[in-house]
Amino acid sequence: MMSTTFRGMDVVSIRDFSREQIEHVLRLAEKMVPIARGDERSVILEGHVLGSLFYEPSTRTRLSFDAAMTRLGGRVLGFDQPTGASVAKGETLADTIKMVDSYCDVIVLRHPQEGAARLAAHFANKPVINAGDGAGQHPTQTMLDLFTIKKEKKKIDGNHVVVVGDLKYGRTVHSLSEALATFGAQLTFVAPPSLQIPKEHLKAIESTGHKPKQSSSLEEAIKDADVLYVTRIQKERFPDPAEYQKVAGTFRIDMNMLKDVKKDLIIMHPLPRVGEIAPEVDQTPYAKYFEQAFNGVPVRMALLGLVLGGVK
Amino acid sequence: MKEFKVTPIRNGTVIDHINVGMALKVLKIIGVKDDVSSTVSVLMHVPSKRCGWKDIVKIEDRELDPKELDRIALISPNATINIIRDYNVAEKFVVEVPNVIRGIMKCSNPGCITNQNEPVETEFVVESKKPITLRCIYCDRVTMDVAEHIR
Repeated sequence: MMSTTFRGMDVVSIRDFSREQIEHVLRLAEKMVPIARGDERSVILEGHVLGSLFYEPSTRTRLSFDAAMTRLGGRVLGFDQPTGASVAKGETLADTIKMVDSYCDVIVLRHPQEGAARLAAHFANKPVINAGDGAGQHPTQTMLDLFTIKKEKKKIDGNHVVVVGDLKYGRTVHSLSEALATFGAQLTFVAPPSLQIPKEHLKAIESTGHKPKQSSSLEEAIKDADVLYVTRIQKERFPDPAEYQKVAGTFRIDMNMLKDVKKDLIIMHPLPRVGEIAPEVDQTPYAKYFEQAFNGVPVRMALLGLVLGGVK
Repeated sequence: MKEFKVTPIRNGTVIDHINVGMALKVLKIIGVKDDVSSTVSVLMHVPSKRCGWKDIVKIEDRELDPKELDRIALISPNATINIIRDYNVAEKFVVEVPNVIRGIMKCSNPGCITNQNEPVETEFVVESKKPITLRCIYCDRVTMDVAEHIR
């Protein structure tokens, strides 16, 4: 029943998925972990080809999709920067997609323009997986974040998740927050006023029946947090470099900041980090961001397996 | 000086009670371009008992279908349509906002893929009809300022 709904399905936005569908992906991802670690072998996607189109640089997302496809016995073709490709000669995305569609069984797309994945899905017959479109959606990141919380905390609902950093422009934050609220997590947003979560997103979160808190003090919010989700504050958002330094310093997670936190707090970060989390925090049991990066592999394996019909 | 009068039309469509200043956008929406073979009259800033000032568009020898006309509701929700046959009003109705808008508008998000040179028609879901709120199906950006973004 579930397989018929997933096979051939595009993964463009987390909003396209019901809670039950997300839970199914997370359960399947759990089963993929030994294969993702290389402890077990699988050939369920043998003979399948993934077209990997990265119009923007990416390390984790691209490599984890490559790893996921390869671990399941499939092959990957594509590019990791558009220079040299026909794109650089002015080809439209629609034309590139139509061509790649005939070379592969599933398309993974990272593109700087918002809505690019929906457009690709419009022109492709094969399933399209959105690997981030500009400031828009990044559904597989949201799924791996949910997977990480569920794996570490055994459940998603009831957890107090403190989200800190650039909540205005941060791509991962908006869809994750909506999904967390749908799953019944309690949310607190910590950011300088200029980078707080936009009103329309707040409204979308509130429509799930949960009212998130907003704060500008990380010290206060962190005390009863179960999950601390840290995002990068981008320097280019600040016209004044001194203002950036001040803000970045206020929201930096170091050992001092972690003095009064819950014992089982987990710290997550979509990476790359640029000083938001001090390196000494990596050695603490709180740090889960490298596990989180690994979790991208089993979650993407589950999605690839489902949309290609290799698993149910 | 010759007096200019807009006379009743024999056959065609009269779009009345257009929000003042929107008549030219109405022409754009219904696709009245330079290839029309009959007379199109545009009256702007006409006194109106009901709404103070209004615009009127009269298109001779052409009956626009209701779906086509519903797009007008996006910029002029109170517009009334009169289908004229042999000088008589054969049909009269108020426009209604459709649930989906294809083409005619561009997305307000400059970073949206539909604002690039892609061979795709824009598409918006009408999230609210009062006030009119549209969401781009590609980038999810919500637009309320519809008149500003009509192509």
